[in-house]
Amino acid sequence: MSSPEWKNPVIKWVDSRLPVFSMMHHSTAGYPTPRNLNYWWNFGSLALTVLIVMVVSGIILAMQYTPNTAMAFDSVERIMRDVNYGWLIRYVHMNGASMFFIVVYIHIFRGFYYGSYKGPREILWIIGVIIMLLMMGTAFMGYVLPWGQMSLWGATVITNLFSAFPIVGEYIVTLLWGGFSVDNPTLNRFFALHYLLPFVLFGLVGLHLWALHEVKSNNPLGIEMKQPEDSIPFHPYFTIKDLFGMGVFFMFFLAFVFWAPNYMGHPDNYIEANPLVTPAHIVPEWYFLPYYAILRAVTFDIFWIIPAKLGGVIAMFASILVWMALPWLDRSKVKSGKFRPVYKWFFWVFFANFVFLGYLGGMPAEEPYVTMSQMATAYYFIHFFVIMPLLGKLEKTVDLPESIAASVLKKSGDA
Amino acid sequence: MRKLIIAAVAAFTFGMGTAHAAGGEYHPELKNPTWSFEGVFGQYDKKQLRRGFQIYNEVCSSCHGLRLVAYRNLMDLGFSEDEVKEIAGEKEVRVAHNDIGEELNDDGEFFTRPAKPSDRFVSPYPNNAAAIDANGALPPDLSLMAKARMGGPEYIYSFLMGYAEEIPAEVSSQKGFTENEDKNFNLYFPGYYNSMPPQITEELVEYEDGAPMTAEQHAQDIAAFLNWAAEPELDERKSMGLKVMLFLLVLTAMLYALKRKIWANVKH
Amino acid sequence: MADTATNVENKTEGGESRRDFLLLATSAVGVAGTATAIWPFVDSMNPSADVLALSTTEVDISQIEEGQSVTVVWRGKPVFVRHRTAEEIEQAAKDDSAALIDTQKDADRVQKAEWLILLGVCTHLGCVPLGQKPGDPKGEFGGWFCPCHGSHYDTSGRIRKGPAPLNLEVPPYAFLDDETVKIG
Repeated sequence: MSSPEWKNPVIKWVDSRLPVFSMMHHSTAGYPTPRNLNYWWNFGSLALTVLIVMVVSGIILAMQYTPNTAMAFDSVERIMRDVNYGWLIRYVHMNGASMFFIVVYIHIFRGFYYGSYKGPREILWIIGVIIMLLMMGTAFMGYVLPWGQMSLWGATVITNLFSAFPIVGEYIVTLLWGGFSVDNPTLNRFFALHYLLPFVLFGLVGLHLWALHEVKSNNPLGIEMKQPEDSIPFHPYFTIKDLFGMGVFFMFFLAFVFWAPNYMGHPDNYIEANPLVTPAHIVPEWYFLPYYAILRAVTFDIFWIIPAKLGGVIAMFASILVWMALPWLDRSKVKSGKFRPVYKWFFWVFFANFVFLGYLGGMPAEEPYVTMSQMATAYYFIHFFVIMPLLGKLEKTVDLPESIAASVLKKSGDA
Repeated sequence: MRKLIIAAVAAFTFGMGTAHAAGGEYHPELKNPTWSFEGVFGQYDKKQLRRGFQIYNEVCSSCHGLRLVAYRNLMDLGFSEDEVKEIAGEKEVRVAHNDIGEELNDDGEFFTRPAKPSDRFVSPYPNNAAAIDANGALPPDLSLMAKARMGGPEYIYSFLMGYAEEIPAEVSSQKGFTENEDKNFNLYFPGYYNSMPPQITEELVEYEDGAPMTAEQHAQDIAAFLNWAAEPELDERKSMGLKVMLFLLVLTAMLYALKRKIWANVKH
Repeated sequence: MADTATNVENKTEGGESRRDFLLLATSAVGVAGTATAIWPFVDSMNPSADVLALSTTEVDISQIEEGQSVTVVWRGKPVFVRHRTAEEIEQAAKDDSAALIDTQKDADRVQKAEWLILLGVCTHLGCVPLGQKPGDPKGEFGGWFCPCHGSHYDTSGRIRKGPAPLNLEVPPYAFLDDETVKIG
């Protein structure tokens, strides 16, 4: 894939000094993509689309929002009632956050199923996990900004977690808060950081795409492109397919914005933050629920020296960091679940368990939910630390096709 | 297996949105009257909103504020600018200083002026402490009540109609339940006992548009009004939604057709 | 990349023009949709409903005595409402023929001669001129004096001396009745 010969003299002049045009060509018409990608491969471009929607809507909202505890709630209501189309932009931003996580979860689970985390895509995968962590931080801080009851109390619970760290815990929490509780200094700095992090995300997405372009996309068969017949250029085939995917996505997204804008939210956040009244059930937004379940599952001290609170925090962070280790935990030579009948089964069980953890995270911390959370959490880690390595050693995989082209020809021959 | 799991997960996630919190207090299912503004094509019934406003103005406003709504917003209900000026003018609003720059009058009180349409609704009490002092408990501001409670307008309607003389067995048989003589028993209120006595009775206010003055009608009208107070943009939101969705349907169909054309001769 | 050449082309004439039309039509619809989608974001920066609600101010002028001036706020700026005396009106009319920096007849600057309503913003660099309160300097022409750079305005609010280029602006206003003026 060498750069094309530019005919237009202006393009040629610019490109020889700053190869923007060559770069664009390299990423589109000149970029080989496996011809057999299915629609699960649309979710990466959808994630970038949502990031752009969030940044644009966020900047417009930031023009009208006031990050001071005395005015934050009212400034959001002013946006909803008085700013032209304010209600639309606010609901786009609010539901866009949920959409971001829906799209990214599907993108990640696609990676789990098809072995997209395996070599040579380890760094691509790890950058992805870092993106996910930053997304979570951004979303957490963003939720605090409207300064409703859940904003305040969710922030209180999660920032309090850091006190679990031995010796430095209390100091960390005071530093985070800028005071003695979640209050105005906390709100103000969360606003600054919430505005900043998405631009860090853009940088990371750039690295993510750079790494991708080096190793090229995985595909449903999990076998690498070997010959020209295996691939087709990204443009126009996948540009149009991605655009179609965006059309479908926006219909799904905007259905919520226009007809069920508060479905994924919590009514308590329409009550102004009150430090003297704790809501009956403090629940994070749905996309954090699985980790919330894991956090609350550790109700006992570990090995007698790690207190339960710290154990919960460690388990919670570990549940995401373990994804980074996946390329080394799963040693199977076969990438795609398509040719791994046993892994395929365990993948679906893992997925069901993850959803179950999400459900448990929304339940009060009482029996039988506590015991169920403990079992689901145990299974979560068993999947990564026991099942994946064992499968790599013991699973009898199905024979792989010769090549992508061979498999595609065979398929269309049968059709 | 996979299809089973996907179906179960889908049913689960959508079911979660509508189910009540599991393992909590017993409450009967919320009453579900038909709202003109529910559903994909829903729009407010302005006559109903005006009746609801009448109830708020004549009954609720003595204790409950509506501070996020501006008097000028009432023009959306069909009131003219003059009618809105009159409604606003009935209340007094504090001014920072009078025309010659003084802040307090000879009695040491703040100056006031009649409210204008650009002002927001004047709350019945100057602050929460005064409200609690007058009522024993704090009557919440109602601007967002329809969004701040699970079930929204259904909850408000059920709550207003949910005061009961007799405590049903499902409630009293619960562990830890004790009667409270000082407050008012309500089937739908979390904790069952509310400081506000029942308010909705037949012929609570005099309707001038011929609508029946039943308790149910009053409750439904005030619930609809409060939904408007919380979601004044609903009419525009839903009608814009229809246009946007139709447009997207067309555009997505065209994108699909173009995709099929471009991929026509490519084996994949 | 042999596929690029063979697959992107459409062999038949009819097929190719059909796809080009579809491409053109879809692009047009897409661009139209994107432009429509961008509009709310831009429009949100326009004055919001609460700001527009304050775009007019009604002033009760029944309590303003002859010779008295009152300052009200309109769209965030001061507005001078002066109940002019007969002498002030006479002087203003006489000065119609004086050497004016910004020529304008007094009669063109008022709807009712005794009520002079002006934007209290100096047309030089935006300071608020003095002359509203009883003890204030009124400048050499009996109207207002801007302390920032020494602009003098007369009893019709016209610039007479100093760096300001234009007369004090007359905002849009209307008398709703004898006691009320609506500005804006």
